[in-house]
Amino acid sequence: MGKIEDMQVINGEGYQLTSLEKVLATARANSVWPLPFATSCCGIEFMATMGSNYDLARFGMERMSFSPRQADLLIVAGTISKKLGPILKQAYEQMAEPKWVLSVGACASSGGIFDTYSVLQGIDRVIPVDVYVPGCPPRPEQIIDGIMKIHELVKHEPLRRRYSDEYKHMLTSYNIESDGE
Amino acid sequence: MESKLTNEGVAAKIQAQFGAAVVSVDMPYDMLTMEIAADRMHDLIEWIQSDAELKIGFLTLLGGVHYPNDKGREFAMVYHLHSWTNNFRIRLKAFLPAENPAIATLTDLYEAANWMERETYDFFGIQFNGHPNLVRILNEDSMDYFPMRKEYHLEDATREDKDDRYFGR
Amino acid sequence: MSTFKEDSAYDMPHVGLSNETIDGDIATLNLGPTHPATHGIFQNILQVDGEKILASEQTVGYIHRAFEKLAERRPYNQITPITDRLNYCSSPINNIGWHMTVEKLIGAEMPKRVEYMRVIVMELARIADHLICNSVIGVDTGALTGFTYLFQEREKIYELYEEICGARLTTNVGRIGGFERDFSPEFHRKLEDFLRTFPKVFNEFDSLLSRNRIFMDRTRGAGPISVERALNYGFVGPNLRAAGLDYDVRVMNPYSSYQDFDFSIPVGVAGDTYDRFMVRQEEIRQSLKIIEQAWKNLPEGSYKADIPEFYLPPKEEVYNNMEALIYHFKIVMGETPIPAGEVYHCVEGGNGELGYYLISDGGRSPYRLQFRRPCFIYYQAYPEMIIGQTISDAVLTLSSMNVIAGELDA
Repeated sequence: MGKIEDMQVINGEGYQLTSLEKVLATARANSVWPLPFATSCCGIEFMATMGSNYDLARFGMERMSFSPRQADLLIVAGTISKKLGPILKQAYEQMAEPKWVLSVGACASSGGIFDTYSVLQGIDRVIPVDVYVPGCPPRPEQIIDGIMKIHELVKHEPLRRRYSDEYKHMLTSYNIESDGE
Repeated sequence: MESKLTNEGVAAKIQAQFGAAVVSVDMPYDMLTMEIAADRMHDLIEWIQSDAELKIGFLTLLGGVHYPNDKGREFAMVYHLHSWTNNFRIRLKAFLPAENPAIATLTDLYEAANWMERETYDFFGIQFNGHPNLVRILNEDSMDYFPMRKEYHLEDATREDKDDRYFGR
Repeated sequence: MSTFKEDSAYDMPHVGLSNETIDGDIATLNLGPTHPATHGIFQNILQVDGEKILASEQTVGYIHRAFEKLAERRPYNQITPITDRLNYCSSPINNIGWHMTVEKLIGAEMPKRVEYMRVIVMELARIADHLICNSVIGVDTGALTGFTYLFQEREKIYELYEEICGARLTTNVGRIGGFERDFSPEFHRKLEDFLRTFPKVFNEFDSLLSRNRIFMDRTRGAGPISVERALNYGFVGPNLRAAGLDYDVRVMNPYSSYQDFDFSIPVGVAGDTYDRFMVRQEEIRQSLKIIEQAWKNLPEGSYKADIPEFYLPPKEEVYNNMEALIYHFKIVMGETPIPAGEVYHCVEGGNGELGYYLISDGGRSPYRLQFRRPCFIYYQAYPEMIIGQTISDAVLTLSSMNVIAGELDA
């Protein structure tokens, strides 16, 4: 969790100094709005994660964003077939920068046990992925761990990353147009 | 619930009505299984549905099977029907040749047949004459083969990281 | 009421709502493939006149995973994990149904204890399945409370599964020939706890919704279907029973000793969302009743059948016993002779008659395995059920039909 004490803060009378980057990153990390792209079995475990026992809302993730436009984190939970691949990509493209992707479960990460003609062998063939969660399906604790990892990434991401050539190059390799700023 | 009908009784009744169309009768695991000439299948299912005694009026399942080595009988259509009044199940089969795997649709008798026939078309390429909308249902429309046929591979062709030696292919 | 009224209700010029703006302005609305209201990946293209649905077209297959092709490549005991992923809300029923299909093929008799243990696990799974469906109907009518409340209880069922097999959702429970181990003392303790506390919580949930004015107004008359049409569309399970026909595989073709238990089959009258909800509610109570009976009268005996050629021996024995090692090797390598033949076996799944049509040619894996997936068959009726209804009722109808994408798309 991003506590204010984590940041390097210079205290003085009546003022505090820190870098804008750190303030923004902490704010982002503690209010990630996820878009659950739940297709199958992992979606039920994701429901359990959102449910009262595991309570995802503890991590500033109370608001599920069902519109990609207002989402920061794409949680892909479940099998993505070849038929669904383009739709997933479209949802990713509709999200505004900065955006992160969490791939929940073996199917989303690698196709899992379904090495078949109809299943996309890992969503990283169509969109870039930040964190993979193994398991078929993963337990809610694992999903929460994956989300914690995402929080770490968000907290330590430099503001310039999304404008860097590496990032643009990575998007180009997926045939995705960057926002172009 | 005990069934009032017996396998032998139903088989005899169907044979009396559709004598020439019945190719063979079998009872594996106590379930009446009859092979019927493909062109009479629709009529037979219609008849057992409306017959006052049989009342076999619920379509449980229909699907295809591929037997590539069986010349002239490469595809089988298998229908499972169930009479709830008599608690009697029957399995009907028709064999179709690979050159023209086609059979009459059941959509006029059972709405339930619609998607199951589309699925069978999607998997095996079996044509259903008279079907209102015979297009692929589970796979994408651009697919150019029928994946459940035995000659096609199960695996995704784009994987490069799997060593065949470890997967028994 | 859900039916669209042409007359007085919309004839209100003082609020600036004239008939012209509603009638004749036909729009096309895309519900899905990913939509918060669909609880899964299906697409419905709706043609709407205002709120009223005129026509609808469905697209399915978005998570088609080729179960049937996969089953042709796997040894019999490795097919169990595939069945998990059919209706993943009630995986144990799918697993055990598959085991029973193979047992029917090889002609194995189960000890009474195995059958009773199976009944307990399957009825727990039915409760878990219906809990999801009914609490989600609550969510779709705007009552999130029931969902968050019941999910705590559902976690307890998961804990029970964990005691039996170690997994929560995709359980892969049991084996061909019984269970891998007997119920642990901890399981019995937890089950007792569950049977004691669950009815109270469940009744609270029931009192939140079932006689709630708002809930009743929203669900009664939403997505109705007549029993004749339901039969024609191949309806089974709770959805058919809501329409008023008491077909239940557990009674019609009893398997796994269901004939020993005293339970009743609830039926509805209107076949609408409210009836589907109420039928599932009552089925949960009946399932509890069955579990209590099976658990109290759990027979002594072995938790597995004596079929060493098919039942994987315990690991300790494999390492220490020659015979067990040979059987282990034969089963894992698929060297066990399996009779050729074809069987159809069905169980009452969460959504109704879940069938397995298995053709064996004597090889290590099935020649053909076809699943009768109830969702896939009855979801066809959806357009007919929502025509003339409002969009919000269509959403309710979808969730009350309990369409599970894994079962739908195979």
